[in-house]
Amino acid sequence: MGIFIKAFLIGGLICGICQLILDNTDYTPAHILVSLVIIGSILTGLGWYDVLKEFAGAGVTIPVSNFGYILTKGVQEAAEKDGLLGLFKGVLDIASAGISASVIIAFFMASIFNPKR
Amino acid sequence: MTIQNELKGRILLKNINKTTDEFKKIVQKEQPSVNKTANFFKAFLVGGTICLLGQVFQELFMTFFEYSQQDAGTMASITMIFLGGLLTGLDVYDEIGQFAGAGSLVPVTGFANSMVAPALEYKQEGFIIGIGANLFSIAGPVLAYGMVSAFLIGLLQTLFGG
Repeated sequence: MGIFIKAFLIGGLICGICQLILDNTDYTPAHILVSLVIIGSILTGLGWYDVLKEFAGAGVTIPVSNFGYILTKGVQEAAEKDGLLGLFKGVLDIASAGISASVIIAFFMASIFNPKR
Repeated sequence: MTIQNELKGRILLKNINKTTDEFKKIVQKEQPSVNKTANFFKAFLVGGTICLLGQVFQELFMTFFEYSQQDAGTMASITMIFLGGLLTGLDVYDEIGQFAGAGSLVPVTGFANSMVAPALEYKQEGFIIGIGANLFSIAGPVLAYGMVSAFLIGLLQTLFGG
């Protein structure tokens, strides 16, 4: 049961902080999304994202920073196995499902629906 | 909106000899201030609820489809992407965004929204230039920077044995 509460609190906190940044600076939503992915990537490099994931579950895997995590995690695992080649080969290893699903689903949604007049 | 414009017009007449910077300050003073604390809690509430929903989906996929924790998490993300895309198509996600701000932007549903919304907006320009290109107007930068930083982190760790 605790994992649900932690997912709610940590996920909510990340969103709340981003809202504070939006309200107090000139950054746009695109800046926020890009920054989150980069932060996720750096935290993965430091080994902290795994700890966060263990603690908060979907609280850190549903925010966009998770893209940074899965991209970097894929590179790390592949680099260990294949060295230099792995740096390129691993980028989409874990992230493949999420990114492919986003593109495919978004394409069909944009095709099916029509913009509001 | 019209009231705001009228107000702006009246301020403009009164302050016709002010510089741009001075004028900006005056307009800012007259506009209703945003309640940043309320915005924080709205984002917190909606964002937290979306993450909670993601956790529920993850548990469901683990219990009923016997996915591993990793795969169940991925399936939960895909489900949320689907929901975000669908609600954007149905024109509901914008309404949520008006209330929630970053609460609906930061979760992966917001990423789906950032792909579908511009694609829909430019749909009339056709399937290639309209939908195809605009799917990536925000997702493109996100993926580009994500991939580059993932590569750099991997490179650093390979070089220095992190």
